Amino acid sequence: MATHALAPGAQAYSRGTLYEWLTTTDHKKIGIMYVINSFVFFFIGGLLAMVVRTELAVPGLQILTDEHVYNEIFTMHATLMIFVFIIPMLAGLGNYAVPLMIGAPDMAFPRINALSFWMLPLGGILLMSSFLVGGAAAAGWTSYPPLSAEGPLKSPGPGQDLWIVALVLIGTSSILGAINFLVTMFKMRAPGMTLFRMPIMVWTVLVTSVLVLMATPVITSALVMLFIDRNYGGHFFDPFGGGSAVLYQNIFWFYSHPAVYVMVLPAMGVISEVLPVFSRKPLFGYKAFVFATAGIGALGFSVWAHHMFTTGAVFLPFFSFITFLIAVPTGVKMFNWVFTLFRGQLTFSTPLLFALGFLTMFLIGGINGAFSAAVPVDFALHDTYWVVAHLHYVLFGGSVFGVFAGVYYWFPKMSGRMLNEGLGKVQFVLMFIGFNLTFFPMHMLGLAGMPRRIADYASNVGWNDWNMAATIGGFMIAASMLPFLWNVFISLRTGKVAGDDPWEGNTLEWATSSPPPPYNFDHLPEIRSERPLFDARHGHPGH
Amino acid sequence: MTADSQAIVPTEEGTPVAGLAHDSRGGISNVILGMILFLASEIMFFSGLFAAYFSTRAANKPWPPEEFAHILNPFSLIIVATAILVISSFTCQFAVWAIRRGDRTGFLRNIGITFVLGIIFLVMQAIDYGILFGEGMTLGSGPFGTTYFTLTGFHGAHVFGGVLMLGVVLYRGMSGQFSAKHHDAVEAASLYWHFVDIVWILLFSILYFT
Repeated sequence: MATHALAPGAQAYSRGTLYEWLTTTDHKKIGIMYVINSFVFFFIGGLLAMVVRTELAVPGLQILTDEHVYNEIFTMHATLMIFVFIIPMLAGLGNYAVPLMIGAPDMAFPRINALSFWMLPLGGILLMSSFLVGGAAAAGWTSYPPLSAEGPLKSPGPGQDLWIVALVLIGTSSILGAINFLVTMFKMRAPGMTLFRMPIMVWTVLVTSVLVLMATPVITSALVMLFIDRNYGGHFFDPFGGGSAVLYQNIFWFYSHPAVYVMVLPAMGVISEVLPVFSRKPLFGYKAFVFATAGIGALGFSVWAHHMFTTGAVFLPFFSFITFLIAVPTGVKMFNWVFTLFRGQLTFSTPLLFALGFLTMFLIGGINGAFSAAVPVDFALHDTYWVVAHLHYVLFGGSVFGVFAGVYYWFPKMSGRMLNEGLGKVQFVLMFIGFNLTFFPMHMLGLAGMPRRIADYASNVGWNDWNMAATIGGFMIAASMLPFLWNVFISLRTGKVAGDDPWEGNTLEWATSSPPPPYNFDHLPEIRSERPLFDARHGHPGH
Repeated sequence: MTADSQAIVPTEEGTPVAGLAHDSRGGISNVILGMILFLASEIMFFSGLFAAYFSTRAANKPWPPEEFAHILNPFSLIIVATAILVISSFTCQFAVWAIRRGDRTGFLRNIGITFVLGIIFLVMQAIDYGILFGEGMTLGSGPFGTTYFTLTGFHGAHVFGGVLMLGVVLYRGMSGQFSAKHHDAVEAASLYWHFVDIVWILLFSILYFT
């Protein structure tokens, strides 16, 4: 592309490829590094999940000789998946897409953007290094004291401390990223890009950023207090010393409930871009979707104690009611998506398949979550495999399917080449079947009373078949990653050249070359609606 | 646009898109908006600590415990430190007003005074910690000590961060980098400084007077 419109010096000097990537402040390169880094930890976390499933396939201890190691494995599985995979992965897709989608040359603070990224591999390495220094954190990803407190039979040793430090680091990365996103969106939209013409993906990242900004510092405060308790003789969470263990749960969930929306809203944004493009229709009810997203964000701050029904220390009717209320904006979104598809001209490309996977699996995850919003039901299901089923249906069935929809959708933009459709469909089918085979039986296990976080179970309580099914499904999910990796590998070499706009997209990232040049655009199309490229193609502004 | 007009309409010639990086939309500058958002996250961080403080305090009677009944006397070194921090907020604002007028001398004088007052506050807090340690109150001495030192300690760390910020602003100011038009860093640093001042006023009122 011609470069006359770029800032002076934008492409003035070249550097070695490795040096360029290690020192880049380009949001696209940083976004891609976010994605790669997140996938690395996704595969590590996945291997840990395979250890868990192998151990649980049949009663008795199979591959692990020590239950404590099992605790370390599931703790690190959850921690890596939540904090070093799903949150950064969505932040990375946002990092790549948001400036392009609003017609900006980069993020508002490019160097802070690079800082946000580099904290993540550091945090991940800190977490993993705990295996080398006497054992990783083993108190679950929630790390409730007194389980996570210092002391014999609790969490002795540096593993738990490394976990705290890594999470503070990753949280700081998130906060800086959120500030960056918000300033970028408020200050750097192209002329004509009003707030209500921003693509839905941008809106979801906006609401996510507000959640990160207001919630993540709160868990930082809980983590530093836990650190003080563990290392300097503090008494915040120590009931025998005048502290309160429930206090930790309150502060932790004040972050961690909004955090589940941090983990899913941008994935909702991804599929809200994918569904219209592949059904050749505008998103049904754009404004309703925006307000529903804001509504989920707002309600997200007043439901944290539904994780704590069984503590007996929270006001049950209030938190139960607000939790049910969240089903309303979520239901609005379901209508948005379904009516976008309705009478659309569907093209079943891989991004659409994964988006449909999100739609269906997230629906199940929403419904089985509503069960536990009912207090009496929750008392029965609390800490059983029902909860494990629920959280995986929203986080894996929802977010991870959304992530793959986004990766297949934007890979042509990122690399200039298409991913192979056949391999993509093989991956989708394997992953979809494997996912349901793994996690649907966990509903039955939960109803049958199997507690989560156990390494072994009795052989005569009827849990054997469902556990074996879940393990087989788990290995199918693992197998589904092989066609994906192979796909990326061969597509980068011999994939079909994508061109600027292979999907006939609606949003501005498809108006520039693939991959886009530094600072993204020479010229922008006129922006008169939330679908500027559709308008440009068809010659009239959208509705 | 008519139906047959071609795909991509160029933006007006001579408006480079890359130039949008800097405040082309007018209004608040990127840096100041960024700082305000950062302060929002800081408020939430301290909210977590304050929530823990009030929760712990409500669960422990009497508060303060017998052994530390009169240890936190507001009319001692600490009220002098408080006064110094409050005054430094004023001098900081004087510096902002000065640079907005383009008065570099007044700006440097006031930001210099603010910087020194910040350091004096930190020194006085350290002396006060020494006195409290001497009387047996530490992080580990029950919930009273844990909450006191955690809250004031994190506040002190933020004052230290603010002093570093002021030092950078002072250094850049001395090398003539700020003017009436370009002084976002000064505005941002002053917002942060006012924030740590307000947090201290809250802490001082709550820890010492209630």
